Amino acid sequence: MTRLWQTPAKPQTRCGLNATCNPAAAAREHCKGTQYNCGMMPQVPQTPPTEIVPQPIREGVDVTINGEHYRHTGDPDMPLLWYVRDVLRLTGCKYGCDDQSCGACSVLVDGKLQRACALSMQDIAEADITTVEGLARAGGALHPVQQAWIDEDAILCGYCQAGQIMAAMALLARKPQPSDADIDSIANLCRCGSYPRIRRAIQRAAKTMRDKAK
Amino acid sequence: MSRLHNASRRRFLKVFGTATGALVVGLPALAWTPDELLGQNLFQLGPYVRIEPDGTTVIGARDPEVGQGIRTAEARILAEELDADWTRVIVEPLDLGVTNANGDPHWTYGHQMASGSTSVPAAWNDLRSVGTAARELLLRAAAAQWKTGVATLRTSHGVVIAADGRKLGYGELAEAASKLKPANAPAKPKTSAQYRLVGQDAGDVDARDIVTGRQPFAIDAGYGDTLVAVIAHCPWPGGRLAHLDDAAALKVKGVEKVMTIPAPDPARALGTQQLAAGIAVLAHDTWTALQAIAKLDVRWQAGPRPVQGDDALAGASEAAFAGDPTKSVRTDGDFAETAKRAPHKFKADYRFATIAHADLEPPNALVKVDSQQAVVVAPVQNPRATFDTVRRLTGLAPEKITIRLPRAGGGFGRFLETDYVAEAVMLAKAVGKPIKLMWTRAEAFAHDTYRPFSVHKLEACADRKRALTGWTHRIASTSRLADREPRPRQWLSEMHPDDLPAGLVDNLHYAWFALDSVLPRGSYRASSHAVNAFATECFLDEIAHGLKQDALKFRLALLGEPRKLSYRGHGGPVLDTGRLAWVLQLAADAIGWSKPHPQGHGFGLACHFTFGGYVAHAVEVSMEKTRLVIHNVVCAADLGRIINPLGARASLVGATLDGFSTALRERITVKGGRIVQQGFKDYPLATMAQMPHDVQVILVPSQENPTGAFDMGFPSAAPALANAIFAGTTVRVRRLPLWAELMRLL
Repeated sequence: MTRLWQTPAKPQTRCGLNATCNPAAAAREHCKGTQYNCGMMPQVPQTPPTEIVPQPIREGVDVTINGEHYRHTGDPDMPLLWYVRDVLRLTGCKYGCDDQSCGACSVLVDGKLQRACALSMQDIAEADITTVEGLARAGGALHPVQQAWIDEDAILCGYCQAGQIMAAMALLARKPQPSDADIDSIANLCRCGSYPRIRRAIQRAAKTMRDKAK
Repeated sequence: MSRLHNASRRRFLKVFGTATGALVVGLPALAWTPDELLGQNLFQLGPYVRIEPDGTTVIGARDPEVGQGIRTAEARILAEELDADWTRVIVEPLDLGVTNANGDPHWTYGHQMASGSTSVPAAWNDLRSVGTAARELLLRAAAAQWKTGVATLRTSHGVVIAADGRKLGYGELAEAASKLKPANAPAKPKTSAQYRLVGQDAGDVDARDIVTGRQPFAIDAGYGDTLVAVIAHCPWPGGRLAHLDDAAALKVKGVEKVMTIPAPDPARALGTQQLAAGIAVLAHDTWTALQAIAKLDVRWQAGPRPVQGDDALAGASEAAFAGDPTKSVRTDGDFAETAKRAPHKFKADYRFATIAHADLEPPNALVKVDSQQAVVVAPVQNPRATFDTVRRLTGLAPEKITIRLPRAGGGFGRFLETDYVAEAVMLAKAVGKPIKLMWTRAEAFAHDTYRPFSVHKLEACADRKRALTGWTHRIASTSRLADREPRPRQWLSEMHPDDLPAGLVDNLHYAWFALDSVLPRGSYRASSHAVNAFATECFLDEIAHGLKQDALKFRLALLGEPRKLSYRGHGGPVLDTGRLAWVLQLAADAIGWSKPHPQGHGFGLACHFTFGGYVAHAVEVSMEKTRLVIHNVVCAADLGRIINPLGARASLVGATLDGFSTALRERITVKGGRIVQQGFKDYPLATMAQMPHDVQVILVPSQENPTGAFDMGFPSAAPALANAIFAGTTVRVRRLPLWAELMRLL
């Protein structure tokens, strides 16, 4: 398994020369036309401030993703799908369509199943998001749903499976003992035809989770 | 089973691709890679195997993984002959193996393609000897250390065991083994009685990475300075750009450039086929590019040739059928003369909609190119065609081109094409930065290489004993080889001269008629077997019904005594009628064909010989008002030796569901000269609720060479369903998509 993405250097938003500079601050006049958007000209030499200088709160959207806290200060309309994929490089969440029909980008938002392509960052301010990467415990112990997918070999091409797993997570949270009709309510698409194994994996996971709860 | 790379391993795999040119695939010859390139503690025992001092066995899988389970199957074949400890095996995808042979490419790994279920048969031929050779070296290394004869030693689960019980792990022997010269005579492979991996279930080697979201698909790849390119193509096939104002798009923060892909040049295809004219927006992230592309002020001009939908093509087919066939594919006896005197005559027309691939992963490609090298990471089914495309566009020497083969989110024939790779190469070359090209879902539907449209005219006659004496099958289709092969060869993808009932009916005629279309066409799962089997198997069902015969008995009588018929083309050289009859019987028995059927339930059968594999389906359905309920499905298959039954079952169940889904609701339509479908809402793949809860798979035990498994379950699934629907409703559906036609007829 190779990661070809390397996290790119964060775009520099501060000039780095003055601790008080703030890109969100309204007063940017003094250094317009420089490469920095912080709005402050280099001042050399510089003496550090002797007292704490209050800063305005940065604009942005606070989100919790897989237990980690992030602040998104970019476009508040950016869909969560592209935030997790392009910004956080959590690529388990897949692009599959533009009309919420495929479910490849399914995530849990405060425990509820949602399509990450249809949620903008401002929609999910303060929300608690779980992607497929957040299911396994630290140390690598898999969630029973993930383990069930492996045990039933519910894979085929695998592209839709992260979304299917998230849909199963939401279903099992609502219905610990799902009927076939309950499982049929999952509308995530699989072109390869892995549905029978997904069905068995959900039933297996349900049993494991019930047994554990006993 | 997979694990994180460290830097040296990545480098090692790269060395594989460039420094092992002397290797001859399929022979136990080994080449040596300089130690300094390998880092420490790594011992290579051939192009596909590496054993580390701790016993970890890394097996390189050469064919692209598209969901057919090839990485697992190839590793099992090799690990079997190596006698490896499967729990210590890690499977790594190999890049395209290519070196420079005086300016031309030399393919160093042999078969590297996901098409026509050919990977497993090729791996069975080539890779066993690699495992055998590596095992032989390890045995000799142990013999030298213990100063004993090789004949006194045996291996088991990655350990060499001496007669007195002493043991040495493969990891402990790897260094010594890597310094030995391979034997001149190839070592003997195992007998099937010795197998402990081949024929046993193995879960997909990438399963853990997939369920944790860590499996890298091409769409997940990138370099730090990559620009994302989102593309909009001319919606009219063959059309060109008429007007472009990109000022608003360029104002979007984060947009770097707007570039155009030129209109197709009829004289020169840049990919495996013509590229559509397009505009790409290059930005720092996908969302920015998507927003900017919506801001383009663009007008397109339709192409010079009219774009025809299926209805127009059906009209054209009538004119075509009125004339002489483009190719008379096969003529046995004299159908016309026989039919004149026959007491029973049958006639039916079948029609198949143009359909799209609808892979969940849309076309995309990461390309890095400069004057020294090109690296492509894309969903690829045909790495050599991808290489050819890159070479044509860059002029780089063969060894400077790297084609990586990440797991692909489906394929089904779409990723045999290279249009999206060509676009990314052109953009990357022009902009001088790595490009990550993304197609949206709408683009994937509007610019697919569609499965050809076809109309089938069938006629048959039977004698007084109600035995078939005559059969004609005439097909008019928009061959997928049009624009790629001269007309006299275009029938080759559309009709197979030795497909049944050829060889079973004395007076038989197969003919093909060319239909022209501007829509790009391409290969689709199981190729034309899928539609031809539907027409043949449903027509046989009609005849059996017309002759008041049991559909199973009628088919078995037609297949007759088990015998081998000559079969030209992929899957040949013989077709064993006995093997086909056997799977048909198995499927029928398992579904309870000869037992009383529940009231209102329809049972249907179909079978087909595809690429060397024999598969039969039996389906039980009922209609509950306007809802189709698929109660039971059986798929019986004789695919020769099964490498991994768990994987073969996945392929057969998947193909069965895919066959149903494709036949039930999928179609591409044309309005105003452009493709209507934009997403899954108007191209509805079947959902879990619409599909059977399970498919019972019966695998026939066999010692014959493996055929592969991915395509074989596809062709007979849909006709068995249609035959079951007829049995349950008395409505004969002769047109796909099935559901729309059934609703029209009911």
